Amino acid sequence: MAKSAKKSEIVVKITDMHKWYGQFHVLKDINLDVAQGERIVICGPSGSGKSTLIRCINRLEVHQEGSINIYGTELSSDLKNLEQIRSDVGMVFQSFNLFPHLTVLENCTLAPIWVRKMPKKEAEALAMEYLERVKIPEQANKYPGQLSGGQQQRVAIARSLCMQPKIMLFDEPTSALDPEMIKEVLDVMIELAETGMTMLVVTHEMGFANKVADRVIFMDGGEIIEQKDPQTFFTKPENERTKLFLSQILNH
Amino acid sequence: MSDTQKYAPGSHPDLPPPPGTIGVIGWLRANLFSDITNTVMTLLSLYFLYWFLNASMSWFLLDAVVNANSRAECREMADGACWAVITKRIGQFIYGFYPVDERWRPNLAFVGLFIAVLPLLYPKTPFRRHMLWFSAAYPVIAYYLLCGGIFGLTEVGTNTFGGFMLTMIVGVTGIAASLPLGIALSLGRQSRLLSVRVISIAFIEFMRGVPLITLLFVASTMLNYFLPPGTTFNLLLRVLIMVTFFAAAYIAEVIRGGIQAIPKGQYEAAQALGLNYWQTTRLITLPQALKISIPGIVNTFIGLYKDTTLVVVIGLLDPLGIGRAALADAKWNGLSTETYMFVALFFFVSCFAMSRYSLWLEKRLSTEHK
Repeated sequence: MAKSAKKSEIVVKITDMHKWYGQFHVLKDINLDVAQGERIVICGPSGSGKSTLIRCINRLEVHQEGSINIYGTELSSDLKNLEQIRSDVGMVFQSFNLFPHLTVLENCTLAPIWVRKMPKKEAEALAMEYLERVKIPEQANKYPGQLSGGQQQRVAIARSLCMQPKIMLFDEPTSALDPEMIKEVLDVMIELAETGMTMLVVTHEMGFANKVADRVIFMDGGEIIEQKDPQTFFTKPENERTKLFLSQILNH
Repeated sequence: MSDTQKYAPGSHPDLPPPPGTIGVIGWLRANLFSDITNTVMTLLSLYFLYWFLNASMSWFLLDAVVNANSRAECREMADGACWAVITKRIGQFIYGFYPVDERWRPNLAFVGLFIAVLPLLYPKTPFRRHMLWFSAAYPVIAYYLLCGGIFGLTEVGTNTFGGFMLTMIVGVTGIAASLPLGIALSLGRQSRLLSVRVISIAFIEFMRGVPLITLLFVASTMLNYFLPPGTTFNLLLRVLIMVTFFAAAYIAEVIRGGIQAIPKGQYEAAQALGLNYWQTTRLITLPQALKISIPGIVNTFIGLYKDTTLVVVIGLLDPLGIGRAALADAKWNGLSTETYMFVALFFFVSCFAMSRYSLWLEKRLSTEHK
């Protein structure tokens, strides 16, 4: 476990967390510590609660029991610290969720200007820098509707990065993409991982997990069933459900 | 041609479309003469159009009388339309009973209206930023210009306002005031705060649930009972308030439809970026919701504009009222066709302009890949 050597500061600490949708118990007794710079891949069958879990981390979903601490601040209904936390935690969605009425550049500068109170010029320079990084600076003045899915998702990543977040959440970022576009998005994510960004990624891209993850978490039925470094996870899974899941997604 | 020449797989070039499928000829063929039914319908329509124009032109223009002193005089001259009923009273049709010597004031206000509205409707207006200041000040300027009372302008009572001028005042004020109120109501209806929600819903449902005429009657008579004795409340102002409230309720529902059409992901993305409620509403929700709602909003505005004719029931003389007064004159008795056609034309021109503007706006705001 050479990778665990860099385990330093705990930036996300989830303790005994539970969540219900009405009567339905979606997340059961979740305990998870994420260290600074750690890359975590969360996988599991659909309905296992993996998306709900990362949506709880920036409070798009509200948990009912237990606690979630981000950089030592506990998530609660106190709005003031919530917007602070959200601006430090970037999120990329399955369906991109770009703002269709704004250009690519405006999508990227909106939050820095309004939340970070950054001057427009500075925000635009920053946005161009990140658009460069996701390799689509030439699309800056187009509207999202004029881009391909892969390009849109890369813009969405750039938009999040423009807030200079400390943690990035990815909620199935490649699930809505055509096969030939998945790679361009994964490449951007791999590059991001190499910069040392703390990342939590819900994905079924096991190649990506194998390549960049420090830890792979398998969830089923709202519980964390198993968590291991990728080598051990793929070669020696312990739990029967993990084995079944891996056999289902790897053998086709 | 393409069926004689073969290309190796992967090397087929882009060929021009077959002749006669594009350009004017292609359009005519596809739209007017595509098959026998279409061709017959086209020819029939052309014949009907010719017949209609031929018949109506003589009545409208060729055999029409523009200058005469009574209907009888008209009839002696020609048997087409007798537009003299309009030309003799054109001043009333435009200004109502606004003092003749002061008519430059509504004229000036009308020109000012164009200057005020231009930067709002057309974002490429030169000096837009500066002109918007004028737009903001325009309601006050127009009020004092029309009513007078300062800078040596003679005071003119609103009871003299009438004709198209009255239509413009009620219509434009109603449109300008009902949009922000409607937006506020639509947001209020979806507020997290129960009290705001209940008040918005009650207001919307009440205003939508009663006919405008009853509201105008309430404005003209009953409001006095609710106000402290001795307060006088200008009748025109009451009408403006009622028309605005009425239209705002409709606008609110139209915009609510637009807001609900926005995918949930938009709010989540805005939240995830750290935007608060008001920032999200201003920057994400409303720009998209208003764009979706343009057809509905303009539909409501056109309805409001035409509903201004209802003020005639409480004694305000809009163009229809002026028309009725003209028809009641023994000299012009029986010229209702001419009178109503003229009023209809005025409304049609205004409403058609609004309709075209909304189409242009929709096109301009479209960000879809075409």
